[in-house]
Amino acid sequence: MRVLAAMSGGVDSAVAAARAVQAGHDVTGVHLALARNPQTYRTGARGCCTLEDSRDARRAADVLGIPFYVWDMADRFHADVVDDFVAEYAAGRTPNPCLRCNEKIKFAAVLDRAVALGFDAVVTGHHARLGPDGLLRRSVDEAKDQSYVLAVLTREQLDRSMFPLGDSTKAQVRQEAAERGLAVADKPDSHDICFIADGDTRGFLAQRLGESPGDVVDATTGAVVGQHAGAYAYTIGQRRGLHLDRPAADGRPRYVLSITPKTNTVTVGPAEALEVSTVSANRPVWTGGPRPEQPIECEVQLRAHGVVVPAVVTVDGDRLHADLRRPVRGVAAGQAIVAYRPDPAGDIVLGSATITD
Amino acid sequence: MAYLDHAATTPVLDEALEAYVAAAREVGNASSLHASGRCARRRVEESRERVAAALGARPSEVIFTGGGTESDNLAVKGIFWARRDADPRRRRVVSSAIEHHAVLDAVDWLERHEDAEVGWLPVDEVGRLHPDALRAELAEHGDQVALITAMWANNEVGTVQRIADLAAVAVEYGVPFHTDAIQAVGQVPVDFAASGVSALTVTGHKLGGPVGVGALVLARDVAAVPLLHGGGQERDVRSGTLDAAGIVAFAVAVETAVKGQQEYAARVAALRDDLVQRVRQAVPEVVYNGDPDDRLPGNAHFSFPGCEGDALLLLLDAQGIYCSTGSACSAGVAQPSHVLLAMGADDDRARSSLRFSLGHNSTSADVDALIAALPGAVERARRAAQRTPR
Repeated sequence: MRVLAAMSGGVDSAVAAARAVQAGHDVTGVHLALARNPQTYRTGARGCCTLEDSRDARRAADVLGIPFYVWDMADRFHADVVDDFVAEYAAGRTPNPCLRCNEKIKFAAVLDRAVALGFDAVVTGHHARLGPDGLLRRSVDEAKDQSYVLAVLTREQLDRSMFPLGDSTKAQVRQEAAERGLAVADKPDSHDICFIADGDTRGFLAQRLGESPGDVVDATTGAVVGQHAGAYAYTIGQRRGLHLDRPAADGRPRYVLSITPKTNTVTVGPAEALEVSTVSANRPVWTGGPRPEQPIECEVQLRAHGVVVPAVVTVDGDRLHADLRRPVRGVAAGQAIVAYRPDPAGDIVLGSATITD
Repeated sequence: MAYLDHAATTPVLDEALEAYVAAAREVGNASSLHASGRCARRRVEESRERVAAALGARPSEVIFTGGGTESDNLAVKGIFWARRDADPRRRRVVSSAIEHHAVLDAVDWLERHEDAEVGWLPVDEVGRLHPDALRAELAEHGDQVALITAMWANNEVGTVQRIADLAAVAVEYGVPFHTDAIQAVGQVPVDFAASGVSALTVTGHKLGGPVGVGALVLARDVAAVPLLHGGGQERDVRSGTLDAAGIVAFAVAVETAVKGQQEYAARVAALRDDLVQRVRQAVPEVVYNGDPDDRLPGNAHFSFPGCEGDALLLLLDAQGIYCSTGSACSAGVAQPSHVLLAMGADDDRARSSLRFSLGHNSTSADVDALIAALPGAVERARRAAQRTPR
């Protein structure tokens, strides 16, 4: 097969590309330039703040002996991921930009372009399993598992994707990179949101949304217990950084329970008020089998690296509904609910949807 | 394989390579006072004379450098500093928007860091500069201009300027005129003295010499402040141990290219005309960029409407056909050609362009290979652009 390896400059995508080469595929490496940064002065030029990553990716491609190009996806990334990220926070939701990038960029804009240019599939360094049965499963490395951020992919997208790392742990990937002479073998993992270089999400949002002071309200008493500079800066379940004027009557910690953009209010309350037993979501995607016509027993995960709980899931048109077998705290609108079926060969992603409430 | 990127770099000539190897086997620093130093010095000076003779300059006017980028920087910054030092009012640089980045960015740097003003000369739709625009610029700002810098021939679209006409205007106003002739030497007749320019950049690897050696031909009455300080080996304008082997090979390449220029130009232009005609047949909607007549013999530059240049390059590369889009940023992202934009093209046309450049070992088989692969690649690239609008 002719496959396009998306190479970020990190160790995972380099080893994924290497494995695709070893499997006998005709591999072309592509680094995605996603940053839009007008720091250079050439007319029409676009600064690439990930210069080092681009070079690391190119060097890995050289070592593998595959063609390598840089694709400029900055405009698409900005519109579909960064602007979406800001708009979601402004609407009181908590987006997952990695998931959105997979849905809109890597397995959409990039995949579409690749297919149009004659490639059969896109290979990435995501930690998830995708075997000949077409089922997406968790990685053997549970700590590194990325099936959650891939669960948004449709059948068509999965059919043109390859994840060669799903059967390996991160340690094995690093070991293999070293054995293959890839200089990125010990490059540190990336953690933060790639387009917020300093990791200060609140500052990033404040810069784009401006200050918008409002009340922090206690859910139990209805009293105003503090002020905030912008409701967008808060996430459901957040405890730190609330700067409340008064402690709660019972002296127990308070958490963000809800964000109401309409009234610019952040509501706080005790931990147990965070508990949720039902979840509603929209835009369901179902790839683990035929779309269920009856409620089904499965497990659900409600945020990246979050807890997994048994649930009964119902899919109805554009809606998905989950009755959780035990309550979960800190469920935020904008995150994905991903349904899994436990399986000894790796839990299978059944489907996903975006949490609305 | 069809190598259609000679304007990026062209294979080293056998005679230049042999001269390089022979000279590189000899020990000797041209600045040393003993016999082996004198031998090295002799090889360098003989080379200087050969380069000067080939380019219509005096040997003392040839300053060997580490290549085109250094020569351009030395000319632009060095002459600017020297002229401003002599007369503080002279801090204006006149240039064109189609220059290579080695000139463009040097000019830009002067503007940002040395308080220079810049007068940008316009080009027409084929990328040509007009003496009238230069005359108007000098009539208005003549006593503030430190230097004029304008390329002899454009590296992207291949348009050859009427340098002597431009230089004549500069002479009228007594302003030094630098020209980047990197693409011109060996392709079109280049005579330093006859052209009337005061400084001229030439580099080895575009004409069959090695990479990393070139020259700035600098008229004796034009002062330049050095970029590199040290031993003062080259007229006190350029320091650094002379690369005797590289200089010898460079001189052989310059001499060979200039001597064979007419025959070369006739043969390669015929091949290029064949390429252009067949590309137009294969892809009727192409736009042929640059001056259709007065252009470098090996240059063919097209816009492919509805395609992105980088997609075409990928598809042709996969079939062993090597060509070039405009320029790429330091991370490797293909940029819309600043040359085409300056010529009035819109962003789409500037992004849809490809350069095919022929050279001394190009054959009709190279053209055949391109024509065989191109229609399919264009169709694919067009589909890709439709599927993934920017």
